[in-house]
Amino acid sequence: MLAQIFVNGLLLGALYSAIALGFSLVWGVLNIINILHGSLIVLGAYLAFFLNAWFGISPFAAAPVAAMVLFIPAFLLQLGVINRVLAKPVLITLTLTFGLNLMLNNAMLTVFRADYRKVVLDPPLGVLDIAGLAVPVDRLAAGAGAICLVALVWLLTRTTQIGRAIVAVRMDRDAAALMGIPVATVYALTFALAAAVAGAAGALLSAIFPISPVASAGYLGKAFVICVLGGLGSIPGVVAGGFGLGIIESYGALWLGPEHAGTVAFVLLLLLLLFRPNGLFGRKGFE
Amino acid sequence: MSGRPAVVQDAAIALIAVTAVAAVAVLGDNYVVRLATTLFLYASLALSWNLIGGYAGYPSFATAAFFGLGAYANGVLQAAGLPFAVAWIGVAGIAAVCGALLGFCILHLRGHYFAIASLVVGDVLREIVNSWTSLTGGGMGMNLPLIAFSADMQARFFMGGFFGLALAAFLVARLIDRRPLGFTLRCIEQNDTAAAMLGADTRFAKSAAFTIACIFAGAAGAIYASWVSYIDPTDVFDVLYSVKPIIMALLGGIGTVTGPVIGAVVFLGLEELFWRNFLETHEGVLGLLVVLLVLFLPDGIHRLLTIGRHRTWRAAAS
Repeated sequence: MLAQIFVNGLLLGALYSAIALGFSLVWGVLNIINILHGSLIVLGAYLAFFLNAWFGISPFAAAPVAAMVLFIPAFLLQLGVINRVLAKPVLITLTLTFGLNLMLNNAMLTVFRADYRKVVLDPPLGVLDIAGLAVPVDRLAAGAGAICLVALVWLLTRTTQIGRAIVAVRMDRDAAALMGIPVATVYALTFALAAAVAGAAGALLSAIFPISPVASAGYLGKAFVICVLGGLGSIPGVVAGGFGLGIIESYGALWLGPEHAGTVAFVLLLLLLLFRPNGLFGRKGFE
Repeated sequence: MSGRPAVVQDAAIALIAVTAVAAVAVLGDNYVVRLATTLFLYASLALSWNLIGGYAGYPSFATAAFFGLGAYANGVLQAAGLPFAVAWIGVAGIAAVCGALLGFCILHLRGHYFAIASLVVGDVLREIVNSWTSLTGGGMGMNLPLIAFSADMQARFFMGGFFGLALAAFLVARLIDRRPLGFTLRCIEQNDTAAAMLGADTRFAKSAAFTIACIFAGAAGAIYASWVSYIDPTDVFDVLYSVKPIIMALLGGIGTVTGPVIGAVVFLGLEELFWRNFLETHEGVLGLLVVLLVLFLPDGIHRLLTIGRHRTWRAAAS
């Protein structure tokens, strides 16, 4: 039983890493909290839903499409709107992304309605039995997709010129600017990359969870917790935080009842903020 | 500022405001009274948020938490048999204690971390209220006893209640604004660490501002609960109660005494306009308003009004 919960937690944790990845990237590099993040995930999920309903494309194949669809608008949004306030106090940047989120979420509510939709996989993928542990194949596939996504972004930041520029800007914006890196463009690319990852994560989630614009706040909350849990500013931190939260939530649901799984995350967040505001593995210096 | 003593000014402001509200109570129809009631509720929240969010620059999203706490504390106290007036005062006390405790826990955080911590408090409280069914009725909500007046009288009574709260918040803000506490808070807004190093008791100043803000938010929630006489967790812990005061303060001008009041008036006007004309999309329109405000008028209307007349402290420093 406990091993089964652990496996569930791992599968959930892989998805959580993908949920928080873009959020962490934006927070670490741009130093803003992107309230839009949850809505971008939901948007990705809807894209996958309609691709599935209209063309019969599997949500797993829809993930790259969703990423590409979200990339360009996010790039333009960052370049045209959010870049203008990046140097302002926290209150201003937070309020701006909150306002943008109100617009996007309201638009989704108007277009898609609040009722929950579900991608029905046809044929159903079934459940694997590995050494007595039940592993639902759809969750396994979504988790594997999420891990691939995280690995891809990690490789991108490690090996490509754009990725190195993003890391450089995260470490020291002024020094990066002096080295000839176009900081404004890097910001826009980072935000676009984060939105693309959020879209792809949403598409993967659509294979498992019901989709509704109302769910966006929940995803945003999870991203917060994972970032604070794993510490800001590194992809390994996101993975640690994602798996950590997935496992903690699974055991929390077992001991306290599934309806309190969300509360566990929030109480954990509050405790972490009180005692370890830099995350379990975070370094000092981020404010 | 003119040379007249501040107390005389305060008395004059209070007298004019009381006269205006009395006129609305006698002459206004129920729509106007309802509008005025909402205005005073908004002004109380915006003025109180401004103390910690505006003066001290700590982006607090805890308003909804204390609004909901006040509403439910009022409900529980009245369910225990206390009359509403005693319950309201009790709520103010509870909010003060909880605010001071929470402030002690989270005011050492800065920037995004403080914002998130204050935001999460509301979610945790909502979950507690949701699951503590025996005390709060959980997701079913809670009924509060009606106050035995005619419907017209009741509407005017609550307008008076919120007006008293808004006036108190305004006078407290004015008082803090010209006291050393206000100066310390502005120093914290400029540079927390430097203010502390120069000997300002930043910890006390932040805690005081946060606690006062929590008292007003809690009291507003208590009066609101009696006014609508039915509360449920999703209504009173709605994150919009945290965000609207911020928008109002930004709209009017943060870190000023009159800014939040101006902001509340303008915001209410806009909200009425949107509710009427964009019933389905009013949240999106509200979002658009926020974006335009942040991009093009980050210092608020107050700044527009005072340009050229006198440079404010904030403007002189930046």
